[in-house]
Amino acid sequence: MTSGADRAERRLAAVLLAPALAVLAGVTLYPLAQALGLSLERRVPVFGIDEFVGLRHYAFLLRDPAFANALRVTAVFTVASVALEVVLGVAAALALATMRRWRAAGIGLLLLPWCLPGVVTARIFEWLYEPTGWLGIPGRALPALIVADVWRTTPFLALFAYARLISIPPAIGEAAAVDGAGRLATLRAITLPLLAPVLLTAALFRTLDALRAFDLMYVLTGGGPAATTETLTLYAYRHLFQTLQLGLGAAAAVLVLVIVALVAWAHVHALDATEART
Amino acid sequence: MSHRRELLVLLALAVYASPVAWQLLTSITPSEELQQGARLWPSHPTLASYAVVFTQSPLPRALVNSIGIALTTTLLSTVLGTLGAYALARLAVPGRRALVLGILMTTALPAIATVGPLYLTMRALGLRDTWGAVIIAHTSIALPLMLWLMARFLRALPRELEDAAFVDGAGRLQALRHVVVPAAAPGIASAAVVTFLYSWNEFLFAYTFTATEASRTAPVALALFPGVFEIPWADIAAASVNSPSQAARSRHVTAVLRSSSPRASAGSSASRSGAASVAR
Repeated sequence: MTSGADRAERRLAAVLLAPALAVLAGVTLYPLAQALGLSLERRVPVFGIDEFVGLRHYAFLLRDPAFANALRVTAVFTVASVALEVVLGVAAALALATMRRWRAAGIGLLLLPWCLPGVVTARIFEWLYEPTGWLGIPGRALPALIVADVWRTTPFLALFAYARLISIPPAIGEAAAVDGAGRLATLRAITLPLLAPVLLTAALFRTLDALRAFDLMYVLTGGGPAATTETLTLYAYRHLFQTLQLGLGAAAAVLVLVIVALVAWAHVHALDATEART
Repeated sequence: MSHRRELLVLLALAVYASPVAWQLLTSITPSEELQQGARLWPSHPTLASYAVVFTQSPLPRALVNSIGIALTTTLLSTVLGTLGAYALARLAVPGRRALVLGILMTTALPAIATVGPLYLTMRALGLRDTWGAVIIAHTSIALPLMLWLMARFLRALPRELEDAAFVDGAGRLQALRHVVVPAAAPGIASAAVVTFLYSWNEFLFAYTFTATEASRTAPVALALFPGVFEIPWADIAAASVNSPSQAARSRHVTAVLRSSSPRASAGSSASRSGAASVAR
């Protein structure tokens, strides 16, 4: 190929990529840079306040008990939801994989909760919980919220695990049975290790989603009662759009971003390690 | 596994999905019965709540907004994403690895991090409470995912397809249009469905950038139905049953469109005869 053709190809690549990259720069990178800038300012539009305060918002967040509470709520919500979803998802996948005649119907039933918009799920559970009053009781609201999230997202894990399960050759399980391994031993020594990388990837997606979640809690509890379900996103949203302290809200949102990035980084490393082992 | 155990699993899954069925039942229960505490089974089923939702609530308008916003977002992300992904998959792009990694990282971005600045920008541009604001915000999340999915998908297509077109004297763009896009149609369609469902379900941006019926989407309208104690429960149930069914319908439409593309022969004749029988 001549260098002229090379140059033409490079120009074409630039033309094809430019619109997408321009959009991303405008609606993703620029707002992100703006958020960083905003977090260093004290900006309260209703009072016409706009001044540079440096890292003061971050210092405030680290001392704010409400922020510490939001951090704790987010940690409990994320760890409990994802752990339950992995366990239930694997159980559902194992059950699905043994089905024959009714497999399609089973997958359909499982998919139903997953297809609903988060707001619809919130409304369904609001109605389910209404007679119990749990959403108004400090110790009950968070578990109730976790149950709703687990209901909504277990299908995602189940399908991920199921897709991997049916790609495992049956000969592996048969060989184990010939060697005298029981069903539980086969599950522990063969099936689960084979599922591990897939589960880790699915758990990463779910963890990132749980850390970013907003719709379910905003509609179901709004962070209440007494802030016992106020996650980091709800905390950031409250300052951005309700107390209208844009700078403080932006600082909290930037910290959410940092946590998400750290979790993604840790997971990618864990995934590398599992893949190296298997 | 024995037939009986299989049915037990199916029963367990049915119980798991039952809150959806309960919502359906609630939506056809008269409000007087609900107020008297009938929570499980309507004695006089009625479609009155659906009539209320469709004639006296903002939901019909919200459904129109949702369809318009989700379709535009899908079209925008699919076209820009597929073109960009082709460059990433097949052409010499300087710094491609870093670029793909950057795009992948963008897909993990929490919307809460950009919602504040985007709000200020929308207000400055006079876009608040318009479809445009929501479409732009949704595209910011959907486009990186589309780029990444399509780049992976296009890379997996055999190069021989295009090489044959080049031998026939086609240029890159012609090959892209007449060979690559048709061959990638199933992948493009499923990425488009994912994008449509994302935009259809999204709440944070749609809630923040809209202020009136002019642009509120279905999830926002549903979230703004009155709260627990003075509420028309049956109406809420009717409204919430209704919004996902729209999504399912559009999904079905996409599936039909896909199967009736000239490439898929068996599927297209089936769906055309199906469409014909509906027309008759």
